[in-house]
Amino acid sequence: MQTATLTERPGTATAPLVSVRDMTVKFVSKDATVHAVNGVTFSLDPGEVLVILGESGSGKSVSLRALMRLLPPRKTQIGGTVQVAGQDVLAMDEAALTDLRGGQVAMIFQEPMTALDPVFTIGQQIAETIIRHEGVSRQAADARALELLELVQIPSAKRRLGNYPHELSGGLRQRAMISIALACRPKLLLADEPTTALDATVQIQILLLLRKLQTELGMGVIFVTHDLGVAGEIADRVAVMYAGRFIESGPVSEVMLRPLHPYTQGLMNSTVHAGLRGTRLAAIPGAPPNLARLPTGCAFAPRCAYAEDVCRSELPTERYPIPEHMARCIRVDG
Amino acid sequence: MTGTEAAALDPRDRGGPAQPLLIVNDLKRHFPIKGGFLNRTVATVQAVDGISFSVMKGETLGIVGESGCGKSTTARLLMRLLEPDGGEVIFDGEPVGPGGMALSEMRRQIQMVFQDSYASLNPRLPIEDSIAFAPAVHGVPKAKARARARDLLAAVGLAPEQFARRYPHELSGGQRQRVNIARALALEPRVIVLDEPVSALDKSVEAQVLNLLVDLKRDFSLTYVFISHDLNVVQFISDRVLVMYLGQVAEVGPVASIYGGPRHPYTRALLASRPSMDPAKRMTEPPLTGDPPNPINPPSGCRFRTRCTFAEEVCAARPPPLAGLVAHDAHLAACHMAAKGSGHSRAPT
Ligand SMILES: Nc1ncnc2c1ncn2[C@@H]1O[C@H](COP(=O)(O)OP(=O)(O)OP(=O)(O)O)[C@@H](O)[C@H]1O
Ligand SMILES: Nc1ncnc2c1ncn2[C@@H]1O[C@H](COP(=O)(O)OP(=O)(O)OP(=O)(O)O)[C@@H](O)[C@H]1O
Ligand code: SF4
Ligand SMILES: [Mg+2]
Ligand SMILES: [Mg+2]
Repeated sequence: MQTATLTERPGTATAPLVSVRDMTVKFVSKDATVHAVNGVTFSLDPGEVLVILGESGSGKSVSLRALMRLLPPRKTQIGGTVQVAGQDVLAMDEAALTDLRGGQVAMIFQEPMTALDPVFTIGQQIAETIIRHEGVSRQAADARALELLELVQIPSAKRRLGNYPHELSGGLRQRAMISIALACRPKLLLADEPTTALDATVQIQILLLLRKLQTELGMGVIFVTHDLGVAGEIADRVAVMYAGRFIESGPVSEVMLRPLHPYTQGLMNSTVHAGLRGTRLAAIPGAPPNLARLPTGCAFAPRCAYAEDVCRSELPTERYPIPEHMARCIRVDG
Repeated sequence: MTGTEAAALDPRDRGGPAQPLLIVNDLKRHFPIKGGFLNRTVATVQAVDGISFSVMKGETLGIVGESGCGKSTTARLLMRLLEPDGGEVIFDGEPVGPGGMALSEMRRQIQMVFQDSYASLNPRLPIEDSIAFAPAVHGVPKAKARARARDLLAAVGLAPEQFARRYPHELSGGQRQRVNIARALALEPRVIVLDEPVSALDKSVEAQVLNLLVDLKRDFSLTYVFISHDLNVVQFISDRVLVMYLGQVAEVGPVASIYGGPRHPYTRALLASRPSMDPAKRMTEPPLTGDPPNPINPPSGCRFRTRCTFAEEVCAARPPPLAGLVAHDAHLAACHMAAKGSGHSRAPT
């Protein structure tokens, strides 16, 4: 079943919105080269939600930023191919990139203040974004700004247009950032842990809002998180990242309920959930590898209970025991 | 051996197993907010506003609640890193403060571990010296303090020959948190207050540290106050759970009855807000709308009423008492629906 891979799916009439092949990202400095992303391949259909799941430092944010080339240009080397909406992102000049960012592709972050300007009102910031990308009149932009605040369910939207970011609570700020991201009707929304810093009761509100907007607007979404529950709530497909690689990916129900890779299994078993009281948690021993000294072979081998010699010497290939569900582990058939 | 029996055998024990190790009565701390050009107090943050609870010997009390509800302020008040505006803390029967237990003695008995594993260690000291520091200050000979530091490193799973001479920046977050725990153990305290000790750690490492905390509690006859915003972690580690909302206790009780039969609408919403790992169990409506209100001007009466679907007139008129459903109930909730004769249409009669 090698044909039914993540990149080439037969029977889909639409062209993929995102197509990434063997993407690598290196940060080069005098002291060391950090191999943050080490060969990532995937595609995303229009209107599809991919959740990238992984622990701190696994390369989630760097992968997401590479799709828009939002990385320090001088020290960053991006390899492979990255296509968004049919365009070759790695070949774009600055002008084309500026058009892409905030236009066809928008991004939201964990900390909304990184995307909001403290000296302008929310209304001004949304209107500016629309005018910059679509060249409409001030009046039309203002009207659309109000619509957008209503779309993201900000109460008393009209009054809130005149608020500065610091006058809003955490949840409202997150909604304001989402409304700016949606201002130009992006085809692709990149979300870097936008709910991680929020309180439990607010986090679920924002997640459900994003899911609703995604369906209504038909956006493709790539959502980065370390929270298995977030993946369970919104993903169509899940990719699990470890040391800069997708070590497993597939439909959400497959990955969450029948994980194939020992790392994914370990992550699920070590996640505290109801019913574990009084038991010993199945922790994964050790810690993730240093990306300046990446081991050859499977990067999880030093922590894996099943590792054999071959795991340490050769990088396991992508295996598909069933179509669409991939894992890079020698114990997996296919 | 249960925690209570372990405590009873502890030579430091004074009041016996039925005497709570900690009793907190009506603790209060407000922060003035200054402003204007005369720098006058323009508002007050009611960070902790009259909370009471007790911690039994050998148990773990979990404290949960959303950001800004006053969890860390409570911890700092317990340790007297902050002076309370009112209320008292009683340690094994003895009030802390003038005329009672000296602060220096209390700070030996109660130790604290913070969320930020880096900020709480001296970056210029090898970790064994950080651990040996407090005992040395308390008059333990240097060599003995260092030997004990090495034992403690071993106890938290860091081989001393490999780790003792390392500096904090040479350790991972999980390893640094182990060092902080070892340091908290150095003065042989009876209570450790853990403020979000695993919140900054990855899931796979969080599990290692939680297992360690369970082991240490048994091996060193400890009592924990465990603060977290993670409901699953609190359920795993706690014997009893206290739910805070805007500086007050919303509900407190044994872990099984809080999670199995929450009585306060806020606790119910908090528990229902946990996302599910199973895509077949997706939520359709959020359990609560809106953000927690600002602790500067909390609502009158029940502080939760602005987000509560069951709020009635009585909820704005009077703060609900923290009460049980039966006499000597171990499970208490501060909601008019759970208070007999409160005047709420859903109150028991
Ligand atoms: N500009 C940079 N220069 C050098 N190294 C970097 C840079 N940005 C990221 N890295 C490194 O690349 C690796 C991957 O980082 P990334 O931010 O993608 O992790 P992440 O999966 O998003 O983690 P987290 O969950 O903590 O956000 C890390 O080791 C990080 O230190
Ligand atoms: N020193 C201070 N001065 C003024 N306000 C303060 C001070 N310390 C805390 N506060 C305020 O008191 C309230 C309670 O804060 P606290 O740190 O106890 O909350 P918390 O429950 O620990 O929150 P988190 O989950 O974010 O750690 C907050 O509104 C906070 O802004
Ligand atoms: S007291 Fe009233 S407002 Fe408060 S939780 Fe109970 S029903 Fe809701
Ligand atoms: Mg990140
Ligand atoms: Mg805190």
